[in-house]
Amino acid sequence: MATVVPLPLPTLPEGWTAEKDFKPIGKIAQNETTQRTIEPVGPHFLAHARRARHKRTFSEDDRIQAQERAKNVEEDNESDLSEPEDPMMLSRDAKDWKQQDHYKVLGLSKYRWRATEEQIKRAHRKKVLKHHPDKKAAAGRTEDDNFFKCIQKATEVLLDPIKRRQFDSVDEEADVEPPTKKQLQKGNFYKLWGNVFKAEGRFSNTQPVPSFGNENSTKEEVENFYNFFYNFDSWRSFEYLDEDVPDDNESRDQRRHTERKNLNARKKRKAEDNARLRKLLDDCSAADERIKKFRQEANAAKNKKRLEKEAAEKKAAEEAAAKKAAEEAAAKEAEEKAKADREASKKAKEAAKNAVKKNKRVLRGSVKDANYFAEGDASVATIDAVLGDVELIQAKIDADEIAALAGKLNGLKVADEIKAAWNEEAARLVAAGKINAGDLKAFSA
Amino acid sequence: MSESKVSVAPSERTVIGITFGNSNSSIACTVDDKAEVIANEDGDRQIPTILSYVDGDEYYGQQAKNFLVRNPKNTVAYFKDFLGKDFAAVDPTHNHASAHPEDVEGTVSFSVKEKDGEDAEVSKLSVSEVSTRYLRRLIDAASEYLGKKVTSAVMTVPTNFSDKQKQALLAAAAAANLEVLQLISEPVAAALAYDARAEAEVQDKIVVVADLGGTRSDVAIVASRSGMYTILATVHDYDFHGAALDKVLIDHFSKEFIKKHQVDPRENARSLAKLKAEAESTKKTLSLSTNASFSIESLANGIDFTSSINRLRYETIARSVFEGFTRLVDSAVKKAGLDALDIDEVILSGGTSHTPRIAANLGYLFPQSTKILAPSTTPAAINPSELNARGAALQASLIQEYEAEDIDQSTHAAVTTVPHITNAIGVISLNEAGEEVFVPVVAPETAVPARRTVHVAAPKDGGDVLVKIVEGNTHIKVTKPEPKAKDESKSAKVEDADDEEGDDSDFSDDEEEEEEKREKVWKIGAPLAEAAIRGVKKGGKVEVTILVDANLSVTVTTREVGAKTGVRGTLSA
Repeated sequence: MATVVPLPLPTLPEGWTAEKDFKPIGKIAQNETTQRTIEPVGPHFLAHARRARHKRTFSEDDRIQAQERAKNVEEDNESDLSEPEDPMMLSRDAKDWKQQDHYKVLGLSKYRWRATEEQIKRAHRKKVLKHHPDKKAAAGRTEDDNFFKCIQKATEVLLDPIKRRQFDSVDEEADVEPPTKKQLQKGNFYKLWGNVFKAEGRFSNTQPVPSFGNENSTKEEVENFYNFFYNFDSWRSFEYLDEDVPDDNESRDQRRHTERKNLNARKKRKAEDNARLRKLLDDCSAADERIKKFRQEANAAKNKKRLEKEAAEKKAAEEAAAKKAAEEAAAKEAEEKAKADREASKKAKEAAKNAVKKNKRVLRGSVKDANYFAEGDASVATIDAVLGDVELIQAKIDADEIAALAGKLNGLKVADEIKAAWNEEAARLVAAGKINAGDLKAFSA
Repeated sequence: MSESKVSVAPSERTVIGITFGNSNSSIACTVDDKAEVIANEDGDRQIPTILSYVDGDEYYGQQAKNFLVRNPKNTVAYFKDFLGKDFAAVDPTHNHASAHPEDVEGTVSFSVKEKDGEDAEVSKLSVSEVSTRYLRRLIDAASEYLGKKVTSAVMTVPTNFSDKQKQALLAAAAAANLEVLQLISEPVAAALAYDARAEAEVQDKIVVVADLGGTRSDVAIVASRSGMYTILATVHDYDFHGAALDKVLIDHFSKEFIKKHQVDPRENARSLAKLKAEAESTKKTLSLSTNASFSIESLANGIDFTSSINRLRYETIARSVFEGFTRLVDSAVKKAGLDALDIDEVILSGGTSHTPRIAANLGYLFPQSTKILAPSTTPAAINPSELNARGAALQASLIQEYEAEDIDQSTHAAVTTVPHITNAIGVISLNEAGEEVFVPVVAPETAVPARRTVHVAAPKDGGDVLVKIVEGNTHIKVTKPEPKAKDESKSAKVEDADDEEGDDSDFSDDEEEEEEKREKVWKIGAPLAEAAIRGVKKGGKVEVTILVDANLSVTVTTREVGAKTGVRGTLSA
């Protein structure tokens, strides 16, 4: 730890004195430091964090660490033997090995089905060292090898995977009792039930077993858990509890009878076990708040969907009604408008007709005013000719032109001017090819 | 930490260390307190950080990398640096030959066809989804190797990883059902990997960790003070990296190909991908041997191409890149306010560090006393590609027995942020000439509280000795060469010298070089305390323990080695 400096220290000057041989002179100023971040990595940082968090000094921490290390070593040696040995167990008869708790005999009762082969071997060795009959003989107790036989039997069972499974199947010490209502009242629902199912999970053929989870588990996880346990694939079997089959050849019937009995007992126990697990699950799921929560959520989602659907339907109906009303209103309006239009056009037509009639009257009147362009009384033939022409022209021109012509003629009184106007009109029509010049009798084109 | 954190009880944990890199990733575990990098199913210890989707199957690692040639569109590579970044902030340069990053509401995504079938729809995978999938594959590989489901890991991150990026990484890991015990910075992981070796001694040193990766290079100056690490400065670079070396080789061989066949293979994406793959393997070969072949079947227009290159030629054409690395390291040292003489160790980390030239160049940058830890300079060096993963695995095995809450509390800023003393604290000794010299006991930049112990020799004849505790500091003494007489220069040096570190003079005592001599010398600063030890035996030694407390008070304990009682005094701050 300490680096060695070969360069020597100076000798103490003559006359140097100080209280307790220590003379403080300066100190480290605050501004001679920089705040920096240590990287939280490595064993030495761990030590630093430990000191900082527990407010220990270097020497305190060194001492505590040294103590912990020392204890660790001791525990390592003693760990498997630390279990106290029940005097009752020590005086067991090796013959009824079926009733003994093999894990307890080897001092592994806190590991049980979790104990590794390595642990079992080590525990066996330690127990053998302690209980070997030769050692007891050395202490003067001869023929006291009962517990040693128990140990050998326990090891034999536990080191054989098949026999161990058979024993584990009926090892009730490893079961965790389902929590009582009283326990559950204190909360801890998930932890208590979680431990129960953790213990049940040891029988599963499929590993890993899903965990029970906690109040924050997702729906998927919870469903996965219950599905797993409701379809539990268990290796649990009950051969271990079989009655001994008599091995004498004489009573073959007796043997077969016992075998059959055993087989039935196994089946029955297996069925009971399945029923037991099922009941556990029913009890647990009945009290499981998460399932309720998910159901409520699902209902809420379903209701939401229904309500949404209804709202959508209602809205659609309303929209359709509104559309229909709008269409009807539009149709009515259009009808009324058409009616009004018809009436208006009728009026306009009549007015136009009247105007044409009036204008025609003006035209006819104009020739009459001009006395049919004759001096004195006009002859019937003349009148006939003029009126014939007027009719002809009138027939050939439309209402507007009649109106224009009537406008021209309206103010005229002198016969020549009227005739000139008529002639002009006739000439225009002839030029337009509407009438033949020959058809005209009174007017010249 | 993130809300969706996976938490596993300490007794049920199976831990590994993960380095999730931009080009390659590694996984490591510890066996009997020794870190061991795990090979995946393909037998790779550096697993390319690439995922590829072909006909509905997912490939990762080297298999996926091989698909860069044939199936670049559905291959996602170089995505780790995008994690937790906005699209605007990412640099897509390296993704040119694989799936391109796309902007999806500001975050980065990749479009790949992950389902089977001709007209399968293209799915958009966010970068965190890609990371989760990739991490899942790493975890599977590790679980298969260990025979147990891996539950927890320590991961390494670059020192400039922002909080947002860390959160994104934690979320991606949580989605892969992995408990992240701690994120540690890469340079420190590398330093830890070296310091955890059985033969390593705990000492106070300044370490340069140059992490030269495939797409980025990071240099950190780390003050290692009796196993505690403080980062003094960091430099990050995205121009000098392994891909730049590949580029040099690609260009070199492309020119050769053009000369022969009048076709530029770099213009065809597929040819370029082939060139890149071959250049990388040629580069790796050149790190180990002096000659390497370069051969690609059907490089362009169906023409096969075979050529070779020797290391000298490679080092010539890649000189500018190599010099870039050296400058980068130099700039980091400068940034920390230090001199090359202050550096005790250079750790070369990252795949590119296999290149012998880089280590050699750094050897010239630093004095000879500086240890360059690279495979080409130190035979006992750890594989630089594995350093980060090993460090992470070691840290994981250290903290696996702690509750997650405990780890959080211990890594809290209140515990990690402490004052570091600027000046050294030491004792005064006499050198051969009888001059007073400073012997550092507590090095500068040491985090307090700190405790250091030294054994200092007493005068030859023993007797009463004076222990003088002083502050000290270094400065770089530059001596102009005096070609005439070396005796004179030596005596001149002694006159104004305080101390001359023996190993430094090895470097500067090169008579033939007409360069100025630079050496690190200690300057005696303000005195702190004096103590007397009386009646030391002949040939005895004096033990001096200096304890600097968190409030900067100094406790000095001195005694003769072997004696029961000594002198103890405290300087309150």
